[in-house]
Amino acid sequence: MSGLSIQNLSMRFELPNGGAVQALEDVSLDLKQGELMSVLGPSGCGKTTLLNIAAGFLAPTSGQLTMNGHVITGPDAERGMVFQKGALFEWMSVRENVGFGPSMKGTPAAEKRETVDHLLNVVGLQDFKEKAVYELSGGMQQRVALARCLANDPDVILMDEPLGALDALTREKMQSLVLKLWKETGKTIILITHSVEEALLLGERLIVMAPRPGRIHTEYNLPFAELGVGADLREVKKHPDFGPKRDEILSMIWDMEEEIMGRTEEQS
Amino acid sequence: MTGLFVLAIYVGIFVASFFIITKVVNRAVSRDYTSLKTVTFGDESAVRPNRWAGIISILTLFLIWGMFTGSNLLPKFLHAPGAFVGDVEFTYTAEAEDGSRDDATVTVVVHPREETVDAPEVDPGDGFAKNDSAKIAQWRTGLIRVDSNDDIKKSDGAKVVAINGTPISPGVTVEVENGAVTLSDKGTPNFAPERGWQMEPLYLPPPEDVASRTVKVLSEGFRGFTLIEHLGYSLFRVVAGFIVGALVGIPLGYAMGLSNWFRGWFDPIVEFMRPVPPLALIPLIIIWFGIGESGKIILLFLAALWIMAIAARSGVSGVNISKVHAAYSLGASKWQIMRYVIVPNSLPEIFTGARVAMGVCWGTVVAAELVAAEQGAGMMIMVASRFQNTDIVILGIILIGVIGFGIDMLMRWAERLLVPWKGKS
Repeated sequence: MSGLSIQNLSMRFELPNGGAVQALEDVSLDLKQGELMSVLGPSGCGKTTLLNIAAGFLAPTSGQLTMNGHVITGPDAERGMVFQKGALFEWMSVRENVGFGPSMKGTPAAEKRETVDHLLNVVGLQDFKEKAVYELSGGMQQRVALARCLANDPDVILMDEPLGALDALTREKMQSLVLKLWKETGKTIILITHSVEEALLLGERLIVMAPRPGRIHTEYNLPFAELGVGADLREVKKHPDFGPKRDEILSMIWDMEEEIMGRTEEQS
Repeated sequence: MTGLFVLAIYVGIFVASFFIITKVVNRAVSRDYTSLKTVTFGDESAVRPNRWAGIISILTLFLIWGMFTGSNLLPKFLHAPGAFVGDVEFTYTAEAEDGSRDDATVTVVVHPREETVDAPEVDPGDGFAKNDSAKIAQWRTGLIRVDSNDDIKKSDGAKVVAINGTPISPGVTVEVENGAVTLSDKGTPNFAPERGWQMEPLYLPPPEDVASRTVKVLSEGFRGFTLIEHLGYSLFRVVAGFIVGALVGIPLGYAMGLSNWFRGWFDPIVEFMRPVPPLALIPLIIIWFGIGESGKIILLFLAALWIMAIAARSGVSGVNISKVHAAYSLGASKWQIMRYVIVPNSLPEIFTGARVAMGVCWGTVVAAELVAAEQGAGMMIMVASRFQNTDIVILGIILIGVIGFGIDMLMRWAERLLVPWKGKS
């Protein structure tokens, strides 16, 4: 079976003070090759934990993850990750950052050079190849992070709020770029975000998670990602279904937040 | 008293130059963005050192130094009043046991220290008290045995009862022209010429003396070693101790940052040794290794070791976990992460540690040489101070400061060159 499959995943963190947090409870998901899925949810619903388990940085308490039929036991180049910020290597130039994955594999220099040049063209950084990453703006740094991830040609790309630290305008441009890359490369992408609009635009499938314990609350199949490829995203937002969906999901998350607040008030 | 006067001059120059520079010189300069800022608290960019203030500050130090040492580099009218030199006279009144009194004059020649003069011949005059003469070096005082040539001496019951007509008794001081006379407990007048406000060269030589001594020590050396050799020995010890300390400390720090066992094993030792000032180890080092080269290098090794180990440890533990995760998901092995992520990520911290360690080592080597050494900058100033060669002491202090500053500049330059990403993540 190709794609990423998550079965009955549970994650429980033991706290040093003797308590425990049920970060995830019985989460099951199947992602086909080339699917674009966005994950939404209030803080503390286990989105990032889910992603870290999928990446192999954390071992789940129970349940199983399989990737193209084999069980995931640790991080691997087949599952690339894009972080919100701070994951680039400041001591390397843009070119060296993007070429990091091929270098680790021992790809021949000429081949690596070709891959890196191509990807930097794709993300629009062809004029910044030899720059140091700390000389670039936040948006450019995220482009480098995307290119670095793609240079390894992973099957799945895990994105942990990759656009969360960007300003509104840059963010819009980057959303278009993510859609373009998804369509061109045919990668499976899981994208975690805090923004409802972003989740609607960048998700064929959208999963809303609920907290305490972290679980899948509602799942949607949406047309907007397909419509947004190569199009103006502001036009997509004018689609008659977009506004109602956004309001529906917003009030859903709002209710969850209310419930959390109420619960903590009862406790105290 | 003189100290307050020096302070007043210093503050005066500070305030005067502030007003002159800000009102007169800077008025011509167009107002830039920084000058429009009204709130400068906590805004680092708004407060920058004024170049004029820096230049005037240094010139002021040399000016005051020259003023109060009578430097030839300054015009005479800028000098603070110096110690008196020349002839001075006062009269004393002697009283015999029978109550009869007689006056006599004392002529004192106050001469510069380096000159030798003879006390002048004076006419003894009449009466039982005869005129006297004496010589006193500048800045010194002298007992004048006025009764030694008198007809009725102290042993015959005569005593001095007045100076220049002012009654005096043992322990009392009478001001005379260009000096003061104090009667000692045994009744002998002690003359102290006016000392002025300048420092005696023995305590603070003028700048040009230090400069000429520098030239002399450069060509002739000091205690069998040239100046370059003295400084070279100190620098060699620092560099050798630091390099050995870094070679041991950095791997130790890495091990402590990466392994629980190493961390547990060395934490108590490192945390205990870190607050022990290296100077406190000098006695033990001397007992164990003597005062030779090896003892000094071991001391500096110990001074650098803990600093470097802690810097390397925090460089390793301080890595952003996202970087390690990113490297893992890009297919890097543990060794590759060590080589391409952990080590470069720790370099800025290690450089900061190296700068601190070099500073501490430089301070420690000077102190160790003060205690015991055959050669070195610290030994030079310690031996010079024993022989009252204040100019060499000042020369040594200036050179030690300049070299310490140079070491720091060099380390900063290396840091900019080798870890340009420092503080940029």
